[in-house]
Amino acid sequence: MFDSYIENTLQYYPEKCINCLMCIQVCPHVVFTEGKEHVELKKPASCMECGACAGNCPVQAIEVESGVGCAWAMIRAALRGEDMDSDASCCGEDGGCC
Amino acid sequence: MSKNRDTGSCCSSDSEMNTANFIPMADLDKKRSPPEISETTSVITSSERFGHFLARCGVKREEHIVSPGIYKLGNPTSDSPVLVSANYTLSFDALRSSLAGIDCYILVIDTKGINVWCAAGKGTFGTDEIVYRIRWSGLDKIVKHRNIILPQLGAPGVSAYDVKRMSGFKVEYGPVRAEDLQQYLKTHTATAEMRRVRFTFKDRLVLTPVELVHVIKPTLIAAIVLYLLAGPFGAFIVVVTAFAGTILFPALLPFIPTHDFSTKGLILGGIVSLPFAVFLATTSTISSAMSPLENVLTALATFLIPTAVVAYIALNFTGCTTYTSRAGVKKEIFRYVPFMAFMGGMGLLFLIILGISLLEVI
Ligand code: SF4
Ligand code: SF4
Repeated sequence: MFDSYIENTLQYYPEKCINCLMCIQVCPHVVFTEGKEHVELKKPASCMECGACAGNCPVQAIEVESGVGCAWAMIRAALRGEDMDSDASCCGEDGGCC
Repeated sequence: MSKNRDTGSCCSSDSEMNTANFIPMADLDKKRSPPEISETTSVITSSERFGHFLARCGVKREEHIVSPGIYKLGNPTSDSPVLVSANYTLSFDALRSSLAGIDCYILVIDTKGINVWCAAGKGTFGTDEIVYRIRWSGLDKIVKHRNIILPQLGAPGVSAYDVKRMSGFKVEYGPVRAEDLQQYLKTHTATAEMRRVRFTFKDRLVLTPVELVHVIKPTLIAAIVLYLLAGPFGAFIVVVTAFAGTILFPALLPFIPTHDFSTKGLILGGIVSLPFAVFLATTSTISSAMSPLENVLTALATFLIPTAVVAYIALNFTGCTTYTSRAGVKKEIFRYVPFMAFMGGMGLLFLIILGISLLEVI
């Protein structure tokens, strides 16, 4: 059966990492773990693209196209002819998805 | 629900307010005196509990807001920790109720009444607002140290190093759940378990009232229409479909095989509607003079439409979970929505054919 969640936009450049461990502290899905010289990208498929690690990495060693994985907001944007990747956010809109 | 899971009810405010993300740094006149420090307690009263219940059901969204500002809990001194919270009642109450016996300050920032997790996703729980509130509240005069503790779930909206650069305050990310705060405050380190977002049965269950409220209107309309066309049995199927999509699906989420939400929904929808379909295939319910072919058409429609609807509701649950990536959800939409539309369309077509052939009989 298909699994749509194996690939995502998370990119990690270990050569830039200064091992400050910030990404480990902010990631809610334990995607990074401690390593010797730099952190290890342990479970990339668990990443939910929240963007916390990239936004808090002081040396931009992580890149991710962050966004909310909400079908309701994306389908609504698509139906309105807007870009699905735009800032469509489900939270707080009247009748939002959650 | 772990009492502080901010992910709980992710939408809680009024849409117009949310667009205003403008931070009026300019009004920070040096001479202006900082706001008074309000007092709060760690006790949640029963009327507040009732308010939480309403908030979870999406009732009176505008009323679940705490005024931004600096609050003191217990008898804090200039060395006491400062915790940052969203101004959504559930977020703030979860925080203060888990801090019993601790003297500290709580800096409530303006997230337009949205919880930490969702506000961080939108950027309202963000660097600029935090820096603004630090200056606005005169925090540097209230405490001697230069640390603030943020909920970890606020991290997607915040750049710790930017906050430090702009305000001088160092950001520390506390645990995901407020219930771990007491433990965290002892050492200022969180275990891996405290950093992990869970999505427990209870977490999922508290989302179901809002889910149900969202589909109530179409459900009622469909139930009435089907009641008029096909009798109570038709209306019953509609109600079962809505129930399966909004309550059974969230509850059973991890137990349904496959990973994608759409396929999970198709499986659940299929299982739920199959008994009805089998029953209808063998019984003439709408009129006693139905031919076997008409029975089969009824059965097919009864299988196809609810299955597609449950799958669609299931797909829409992605926004409420705590682990679906945008890339993955997008893939799901392109992969399965056309298929769901096809199923639903075929089901409707069968119903129309059935209607025409029944009319001819009469
Ligand atoms: S984007 Fe979020 S989930 Fe993905 S690795 Fe970074 S912090 Fe973890
Ligand atoms: S936040 Fe950046 S620099 Fe720090 S450990 Fe993670 S990848 Fe390395």
